[in-house]
Amino acid sequence: MKPRTLFEKLWETHVVAEEPDSPSVVYIDLHLVHEVTSPQAFSELRQRGLKVRQPQKTVATVDHSIPTTDRSLPLTDALAAKQIEQLSTNARDFGIRLYDLHNAQQGIVHIIGPELGITQPGMTIVCGDSHTSTHGAFGSLAFGIGTSEVGHVLATQCLLQRRPKTFNVRVEGKLAPGVTAKDIILALIARIGVGGGTGHVIEYSGSAIRGTSMEGRMTICNMSIEGGARAGMIAPDDTTFEYLAGREFAPKEAAWDAAVTRWRQLPGDEGARFDRTLDLDADKLEPMITYGTNPGMGLSITARVPDPDDITDASGKAALTKALAYMNLTPGKSLLGHPLDVVFIGSCTNARMSDLRLAAGLLKGKHVARNLRVLVVPGSQQIKRQAEGEGLDEVFRAAGAEWREAGCSMCIAMNGDEVGAGEYCVSTSNRNFEGRQGKGARTFLASPLTAAASAINGYVTDARTMVN
Amino acid sequence: MEKITTFSGRVVPLPNNDVDTDQIIPARFLKTTDKSGLASNLFYDWRYDAQGAPRPDFVLNQPESQGAAFLLAGHNFGCGSSREHAPWALQGFGFRAVISTEFADIFQNNSLKNGFLPLVVDPSVHRNLFELIRQNPQAELSVDLGAQTLTLPDGRAITFPIDPFSRTCLLNGVDELGYLLRHEDAIRSYEFAHA
Ligand code: SF4
Repeated sequence: MKPRTLFEKLWETHVVAEEPDSPSVVYIDLHLVHEVTSPQAFSELRQRGLKVRQPQKTVATVDHSIPTTDRSLPLTDALAAKQIEQLSTNARDFGIRLYDLHNAQQGIVHIIGPELGITQPGMTIVCGDSHTSTHGAFGSLAFGIGTSEVGHVLATQCLLQRRPKTFNVRVEGKLAPGVTAKDIILALIARIGVGGGTGHVIEYSGSAIRGTSMEGRMTICNMSIEGGARAGMIAPDDTTFEYLAGREFAPKEAAWDAAVTRWRQLPGDEGARFDRTLDLDADKLEPMITYGTNPGMGLSITARVPDPDDITDASGKAALTKALAYMNLTPGKSLLGHPLDVVFIGSCTNARMSDLRLAAGLLKGKHVARNLRVLVVPGSQQIKRQAEGEGLDEVFRAAGAEWREAGCSMCIAMNGDEVGAGEYCVSTSNRNFEGRQGKGARTFLASPLTAAASAINGYVTDARTMVN
Repeated sequence: MEKITTFSGRVVPLPNNDVDTDQIIPARFLKTTDKSGLASNLFYDWRYDAQGAPRPDFVLNQPESQGAAFLLAGHNFGCGSSREHAPWALQGFGFRAVISTEFADIFQNNSLKNGFLPLVVDPSVHRNLFELIRQNPQAELSVDLGAQTLTLPDGRAITFPIDPFSRTCLLNGVDELGYLLRHEDAIRSYEFAHA
């Protein structure tokens, strides 16, 4: 038999039907649902008199538009309240499990799937959210879909998909101290650009990936979409199985052993071919930061902001000029020392325990700079409790940071947590688009280490000057 | 769904590259449970100033943009968030197609499912189109979906690629959910075999 990649194995076992000239009908094992991209899909089902085909393969939570302040207070945003209410009505009417605002396991959809052991190797996973690629860290094929497709999956548990191309990103070597998984993915996107992975599913491999924890792998897969890729995936290994063992929805006892045996068959075969490959040298990576208005506009933290005059392509020059004007940055200057107004530590990219521990490690016994607003938003209620159990909340509070309830918060600024117009924010989230963190907000994407170091100084800081 | 065969109309040029869906419709306008009403917030942060007044220099606010059928965008349109609100908002404004050299995957899927056409043209045609529209802002383009052609103001007909399945669905006004529902037997046997 022809050697197959991880992607090919998953794809081939999930095709339900294929007709000439038509996309494949692909079976979906897990459908995650949140409040913002689902209401119109449920309306469609109602209009057509359809049911949810597999309510037990559908899991809902609220994360995008919810407040991260005291949960015992009533919601002040009427529109958000309506959307949240609509999701609970839909979940009730269609028999779907919902982790609502007051559920002890509520959290960002891409954080709670893995945390609860719902996300498992070998699955096809979708959600009306582009960062569904996160779940690919488990060796699943996971990708974001639009609301029409949410309706398709609700009604049929299937999607119409053209087979994407495969793209192997090999990251060999070892990260230097102060360099994290976030820097790997920011470096890749800076290299390939925001459209570089369009039409492809990326599989990350190599010693640096093997040596990365599940949380780091999720950070990497999470931002695959920022390089334009449909999905990112990593072959499951012992690190994956150790993470999953004992989690609430992970298989137990004999079923666990059988599952692990099955999962061990998933990694790509020796000699399997990809449509495209690229190598990144982990040893050479430095902490990364973005300077522009898309995640591809990133550089090593010690490098200088590029100059539009050095770009020959007219549209590329115009794009950089526009980005630098929005960011109000000077070409040729380093970002180090650039003053900040806000630091945000959170989002489905970097709001897990390891991220919070990294940030707290630097902030312990220190204070954030004066006049700087620092928000630390755990990715889920479980993470919040665990962090509090370890005393991290105390570290953050004592340092002058705000310790919030779980949600997307300032990553998308739908809930009132926003960066002011013209303000600069170092953010551990995944998008630095104009206005993403609030109208006129200026975002520097970076790792939790860079965020914490910058919070202490009040300006963009290379964390390596603080860690020994 | 309504059938699409041919349409024509004027063009709004928006030369920016990598326009992401947060620009098309900022997240704060996604707190809706509806598909309608999004057009007034299309490109909100580029279209209105801090006081909410229309910026006269933004192309969508210019009189000749009203009633246009085509948005002519820079390279790589629609990256970022999966929000289907982006094609809903563009469509709500009156656009029927967007032209670029490349589209983000999810945006392209979302658009086709709503009968909104993402038209890929090669870089030379793309440059040419901007030039033609600059010379004559009133110029019209027309699409013939059956023939897969985009006819330029100078009469040249350019073939554009489109997924043949989506094309058939759009030409016949068939929606994809209907197609999927017809696979009930195959889905049931798949579920039986994988239970
Ligand atoms: S944290 Fe940000 S990127 Fe992640 S799901 Fe929420 S809004 Fe989307």
